Amino acid sequence: MDRWQLALDSLWPLVRAALIGTIPLTLISFILGLIVAVLIALAKLSKIRALRLFGSFYVSLIRGTPLLVQIFIIFYVFPFIGIRMDAWTCGIIALTVNVGGYAAETIRGAILAVPKGQWEASATINLDYVTTLRRIILPQAFKIAVPPLSNTFISLVKDSSLVSTIGVLELLRQAQVIATPTYDFLTLYIEAALIYWAICIVLSFAQKRLENYFDNKATV
Amino acid sequence: MSLLSVRGIHKTFGKNQVIRGIDLDIEPGTVTVIIGPSGCGKTTLLRSLNGLESPEKGVVSIDSVQVNYAEKPTAADVSLLRSKTGFVFQAHHLFPHRTVLQNVTEGLIYGPSLKRPASEANALGQSLLDQVGLGDKAKAYPSDLSGGQQQRVGIARALALQPKLLLFDEPTSALDPEIVGDVLQLMRKLAREGWTMAVVTHEIQFAKQVANNVVFVDQGVIVEQGTPQEVLANPRHPRTREFLRRVLDPLADDAEYAEEVAS
Repeated sequence: MDRWQLALDSLWPLVRAALIGTIPLTLISFILGLIVAVLIALAKLSKIRALRLFGSFYVSLIRGTPLLVQIFIIFYVFPFIGIRMDAWTCGIIALTVNVGGYAAETIRGAILAVPKGQWEASATINLDYVTTLRRIILPQAFKIAVPPLSNTFISLVKDSSLVSTIGVLELLRQAQVIATPTYDFLTLYIEAALIYWAICIVLSFAQKRLENYFDNKATV
Repeated sequence: MSLLSVRGIHKTFGKNQVIRGIDLDIEPGTVTVIIGPSGCGKTTLLRSLNGLESPEKGVVSIDSVQVNYAEKPTAADVSLLRSKTGFVFQAHHLFPHRTVLQNVTEGLIYGPSLKRPASEANALGQSLLDQVGLGDKAKAYPSDLSGGQQQRVGIARALALQPKLLLFDEPTSALDPEIVGDVLQLMRKLAREGWTMAVVTHEIQFAKQVANNVVFVDQGVIVEQGTPQEVLANPRHPRTREFLRRVLDPLADDAEYAEEVAS
């Protein structure tokens, strides 16, 4: 079959796999991962030693092991303890746990970069710890964290391809499925690479818009 | 009875004994100005009054709330003490991501003990901004304001919670000289309205005109205190005299200058 014809025929199935696989996988695990990251960052900044140790342990474990290995372990550990979970859910859990570990350090640094006076001013108007975080500290920390978190997000788009190994239908997996009967892996992989690239270009624009939004809204 | 009473405050940073036993009383409706060389412990003393610092020892009572620092007060105890005070920082510490009005109303709406409805808080916030002369800046962000305006918002934020005692930590030290007057005039106005205030400052003129009680702190203790007439015009202690001489005439120690004047 003609190479160009194959590329054209597989364009929609690949884009569709990105739309129903790669993009929701990335978005959901990034949002859940941010929640994990904030909790781990707060644990690491806590006055309670046990929480600090747990936070450090988590970050060390996640950053010290390959994402592919984490995905395999999560995929095989649930059946082992008797919980049935589909590949999609396992993929989201693995990516969430992973992003949480990396973004935790970013968020911890950003929280520390908010001037101490902001905590003190909040204390003088009698805001409690949670309100101070929610209303005063985290909004300023997120502004500081936008550029590094955008990096993490763009990495995650590409890292999500690793869940193809446990059978989650996303962009890379779809490319493999189409390529297998034709033996034309080169065409399909190049096509998949171009689609990943296109997604990341769009995200880079979005990052710039977001940074401008925060710049206009407030200065730290 | 005094509004504020402080007994036996001791505070150490590492090996450095910053406060070595301070007692202080403040009567309702009076202005107390705390002066002293930098590093003497005056700011630490002020910050101990609302729990921004935790001294090792000492008792602070404000309007029936008492905190004994030796007994490791809980966050709730300190919060109760704080609800009696408003605090104005040297570097204002306004919330940069909130408008001027939101800075003033934040504690009213989100302070757990108050929880005013937003409409009520906004009306009060607006009237406070009018009072500090910034009624037209409600929607601006702190970064849009000059240093003096920012500090006046800081004062409005402190007033919003209607505290019994206003604490000022060098409120004009970070300002350009020509706008120091704006802030000091506002503080004088508040004093005339009857607010009870404790002010750490280097503005001796302000102390002379506005203070009921002047407290001179050096090396972690109160060296002397009294009316401005007593402490500023006729200081008894040599350390007070030395401090005032340096503050009022910073060039006095310059030998070359002294020679020039002599010749």
